Amino acid sequence: MNNVKFVQGNEACVEGALYAGVDFYAGYPITPSTEIAEHLSARLPARGGKFIQMEDEIASMCAIIGASLTGHKVMTATSGPGFSLKQEAIGYACMAEIPCVIVNVQRGGPSTGNPTHVGQGDINQARWGTHGDHAIIALTASNHQDVFSMTVEAFNLAETYRTPVILLLDEAVGHMREKLVIPEAGELETVDRLRTSVPKGVDYRPYLPREDGRLPMSDFGAEHRYNVTGLYHDMWGFPSASPRVVNELLRHLIDKIDNNSNAIIRYKEKFLEDADYVLISYGSSARSAIHLAKNRREKGEKIGVLELQTIWPFPAEIVREKCAGAR
Amino acid sequence: MRRTRLVFSGSGGQGVITAAIILAEAAVIYEGMNATQSQSYGAAARGGATRSDVIISEQEINFPVVSQPNILVCLTQEAYSSFGPEIRPAGTLISDSRFVETTRKVDARQIELPMYDTVMARIGKPIVFNICVLGALIGLEGLVRPESVMKTLRERVPKDFIGMNSDALQIGLELGAPFRVAG
Repeated sequence: MNNVKFVQGNEACVEGALYAGVDFYAGYPITPSTEIAEHLSARLPARGGKFIQMEDEIASMCAIIGASLTGHKVMTATSGPGFSLKQEAIGYACMAEIPCVIVNVQRGGPSTGNPTHVGQGDINQARWGTHGDHAIIALTASNHQDVFSMTVEAFNLAETYRTPVILLLDEAVGHMREKLVIPEAGELETVDRLRTSVPKGVDYRPYLPREDGRLPMSDFGAEHRYNVTGLYHDMWGFPSASPRVVNELLRHLIDKIDNNSNAIIRYKEKFLEDADYVLISYGSSARSAIHLAKNRREKGEKIGVLELQTIWPFPAEIVREKCAGAR
Repeated sequence: MRRTRLVFSGSGGQGVITAAIILAEAAVIYEGMNATQSQSYGAAARGGATRSDVIISEQEINFPVVSQPNILVCLTQEAYSSFGPEIRPAGTLISDSRFVETTRKVDARQIELPMYDTVMARIGKPIVFNICVLGALIGLEGLVRPESVMKTLRERVPKDFIGMNSDALQIGLELGAPFRVAG
């Protein structure tokens, strides 16, 4: 009975983060994401983790980047204007390849918009909010069980691919209460980052990818001394403007995600087998889409729903395949 | 399959949202049903008409907003005026006789109960008014067992306040029971 809870979506996100092993959170509370900070402020210290309320969203983003470099599993949560403020530092985390999870509980915008009502207008900001060529991973969830598992997934993907992962929730799912069953330990996979086997005193090349494209990390401030920068950099992390270095780095940043899109993409489908019309949706809108499809099916209209749980990289192949039989 | 769609409405501070959460939580944790609860936020929730939507069902609940409640609870005149017209025909509208003067403009079973006055006369603390409302609702409609509400309250309420909450729930059950529809 103890693992059945009746909670807000934001609390489901907290439970998922704790399950995944988050041990550092820095944030600046903002509606409708505030309950994430509120609950982690109690839960993290109770299990030896760190919770810091920073002076603003930019500082929060920078703090989780620093903590991640030193070996922690990190997260921040925000909404609307706060997500805008974080963009420069998200780019830094993309460039320096620092695992981190950014939860954006979407509200109405632009600007301060509508803090207490739902919005889903940040899809392209999740993809292109920070400047320059880069790949990104963005995940979504429409119910509390999925909020939990996609939060775990966000940490797993961040640690695997050394990238910021954006979890795009929305106000309706974040604030609503419904059932959540907390899985037993071990029931869902949790991934820890790859750490270098290079011993102390040996030349560690933090930005030299392995054969499979992965970059083993070394906790900053521990065994190895190395440079971390937002500038184009060579395999030691030192700035370089060499066309060869820049080309290889940009290729690597994009390929490490694009080449693994099959492993990253998650989706759910309902009533697609015979669907004449396919509603493509995510988050709270996917709930409405399923509600509508069920009602219309009772009247004989063949409507199906494709819920995109991975929004970036965009599952173009899946959309094409699932819509092939539709009118 | 029975699916109950409720709207709790009143003004900020009456415990409207807390009552909604406790009912839905009792249904999920102790009755094994599905439930969703959502609410209005912001300035409207602090003094104006506030509402919380609850859906209880044995099946999956997708869309969490209640558009035509079959049970509507109104604890202020403003809430009654704002949300009364939304009730589904033949639904049940429960109001507090101290705060709401009802009109006969809706096709619903309107039940006015002296919940606030009875709580003040027998317990003397307005803080448990919402639990009395919950008791009346359960007395009228069933939905969940009173024990499930008490179990939920024991998880949420400080020990010293359990007795008072239990008394309020009991008062509500007694007020609601005579209006219970058989079956």
